[in-house]
Amino acid sequence: MSTLALPVRRRTYIDVNYGIRSWLLTTDHKRIGILYLLSITLMFFVGGGAATIMRLELLSPSGALMDSETYNKLFTMHGVVMVWFFLIPSIPSVLGNFIVPLMLGARDLAFPRLNLLSWYIYVLGAAFTLWALIDGGVDTGWTFYTPFSTSASTTSVVTVAIGIFIVGFSSILTGLNFIVSIHHLRAPGLTWFRLPLFLWSMYATSIILVLATPVLGITLLLLAVERIARVGFFDPALGGDPLLFQNMFWFYSHPAVYIMILPGMGVVSEVIATFARKPVFGYTMVAMCSVAIAVLGFLVWGHHLFVAGISAHAALVFSILSYLVAIPSAIKVFNWTATLHRGAITLNTPLLYALGFIGLFTMGGLTGLYLASLGIDVQVHDTFFVVAHFHYIMVGGMVTGYMAGLHYWWPKITGRMYSEMWGRIAAMIIFIGFNLTFFPQYILGYMGMPRRYHIYPPDFQMLNVFSTAGASILAIGYVLPLIYLLASLRSGKVAGPNPWDATGLEWQTSSPPPKHNFQETPMVTGPPYDYERRVASR
Amino acid sequence: MTVHAHPAPHVLGEQYQSLEQQHATAEFGMWIFLATEVMLFGGLFIAYTVYRIVYPDGFAEGSRHLDLAIAAPNTAVLIVSSLTMALAVRTAQLGERRKTTWYLIATMVLGVVFMVLKGVEYYQHFLEGMVPGLAWTYAGPDANAVQLFFVAYFSMTGLHAIHLLIAIGIVCVCVLLARRGAYLPPERHTSLEMVGLYWHFVDMIWTVLLPLLYLFGFHP
Repeated sequence: MSTLALPVRRRTYIDVNYGIRSWLLTTDHKRIGILYLLSITLMFFVGGGAATIMRLELLSPSGALMDSETYNKLFTMHGVVMVWFFLIPSIPSVLGNFIVPLMLGARDLAFPRLNLLSWYIYVLGAAFTLWALIDGGVDTGWTFYTPFSTSASTTSVVTVAIGIFIVGFSSILTGLNFIVSIHHLRAPGLTWFRLPLFLWSMYATSIILVLATPVLGITLLLLAVERIARVGFFDPALGGDPLLFQNMFWFYSHPAVYIMILPGMGVVSEVIATFARKPVFGYTMVAMCSVAIAVLGFLVWGHHLFVAGISAHAALVFSILSYLVAIPSAIKVFNWTATLHRGAITLNTPLLYALGFIGLFTMGGLTGLYLASLGIDVQVHDTFFVVAHFHYIMVGGMVTGYMAGLHYWWPKITGRMYSEMWGRIAAMIIFIGFNLTFFPQYILGYMGMPRRYHIYPPDFQMLNVFSTAGASILAIGYVLPLIYLLASLRSGKVAGPNPWDATGLEWQTSSPPPKHNFQETPMVTGPPYDYERRVASR
Repeated sequence: MTVHAHPAPHVLGEQYQSLEQQHATAEFGMWIFLATEVMLFGGLFIAYTVYRIVYPDGFAEGSRHLDLAIAAPNTAVLIVSSLTMALAVRTAQLGERRKTTWYLIATMVLGVVFMVLKGVEYYQHFLEGMVPGLAWTYAGPDANAVQLFFVAYFSMTGLHAIHLLIAIGIVCVCVLLARRGAYLPPERHTSLEMVGLYWHFVDMIWTVLLPLLYLFGFHP
């Protein structure tokens, strides 16, 4: 017999079949993750473009570039696109879709066709929203406060409301799929407290997606009906209460803030354990804190209404409850730090992003406490302080977490290594650009510059120039990964199944994985992040 | 030769290990979906509750303008449709194809009867000028609060009617599938059972709407 052994190349999910149909009709969670990746990247640059123009406008105090109408439409579109079409689907629908079944040791999600449907629903919702953008835009802000949105505004409110209503179903289906899959499709031996923390955070996120999104759906539906029928629940002429809209809107939108941070926390837990080569300190606590944040997140919406007119007692209760959220969040931050302590750290790109996450999230979280306190909130309400606060959470936290995860799992998704040098450079540029953009906004807000105005007193110009300069650095930071990640597809080093030498089932199959993920169903015999035993056994 | 007791591949999805797992997964997924539906209606219930507390007299007045003579039989129609739906699922579990088909047809017809009666009721409101935004002529006591009540009434019953229309459409498809024997052998009844859960949910919503809207202001 000849001893010539040709390497048997197994087909991956990418080359199992070809053609546009095989992608558009796929039920493979990995391909759907890629479809989501492409669509949210497009939306990210749409939303980012709006922000760039806004920052250019704010270079000068006099509003040289545009009138207030255009500015209103820009910040509305920026908010709508970034919240519903980028941040909420970012980690869950892209990385979660790709990684959750792999981490579970499953062949796919529980409902693969629903999963594909969720992407089509996303595209339909995005089409409505982009249509409204072309059709003249919306000027209500992403919060759609009544009665302005129902009777005064003359822009495409209904179109955007329908777009968001539709995209909500995409969130619901993704969340539903994750919950059911985590309950029922775990590999043999993968008990609840052996789940990687990314799965715990996905589980907590999914609870919010499933329970909060329908409330937004009905709220926007009532808004649209009221706008069309000229009569409705929120109509002050009938004795209706516009504050009811705010309550219902924030009942969704505050938990949604946690949809926009919990997944990032999950990624950071994975990345830190891998690059510190240690199990996550206080694993059970970190897992339970994810669930605690999801539950507490439902009880704090009233802190958005402190100056809108709620009773002093209600305000006090909401203030205290908002403070409570800080506890599980802080536990996580301390536990990540403790994980890093005396770890064998390699400062690769994902870890750089994860470290950035910890710092920026901590700042965003602490300033959140300022806003949760009744006195200071009155001073800084509706100022740039609020803008800076939630950008530290959503961009400094979630987008940084998303970038960490994208780099961390990029070798798994594509089978190629990205350029580590460029990865580190981009991570640093983003960190610097981000802080230069948003830190001055804290000061601006504290000094009293209101948000959502296209002109401002000349005294504020210096800090605004800093902020705009930072935004242009940030823009470079976000374009760089687009270039070197795409370049890695052609010229990147072949990654192999486990380039980071990480634990976790997703690293036990080839990169990119075959269509059904595993050649045979994996067995789990130990806790997650078992780096110590791994070192000892060598 | 060994005989494998493995079910036909088109019955068992490739992501599952066993039919039991597949069934449990579908059922759990359906319950979560119904939880989202509860939250969807929950938004309306909360709005209703807020205004009912603020305007108790106006809401009682509005409730007295509703017609229990239609709503009461309509409630009976829906409850019976839940029975026929349950029987359809049961017969599918037993593999009795013909009975399943007939029970599904009965369910569908009862759903349509409900919609027709509801339509008659809506038309009466229209004639009486009690439709906010379209035909509103009521000028009695608490006119604004009564109008808010009718906003609540049309939102809640309207969303329910949309759900029922969808349910009727799905059951219509199920009738065709059942006729073709799509639920045979009985292991394949899972999807019908899930449709049943949805149908019962829509009925249940109505049994909450009835006391909230009709019985609240009712004094015989």
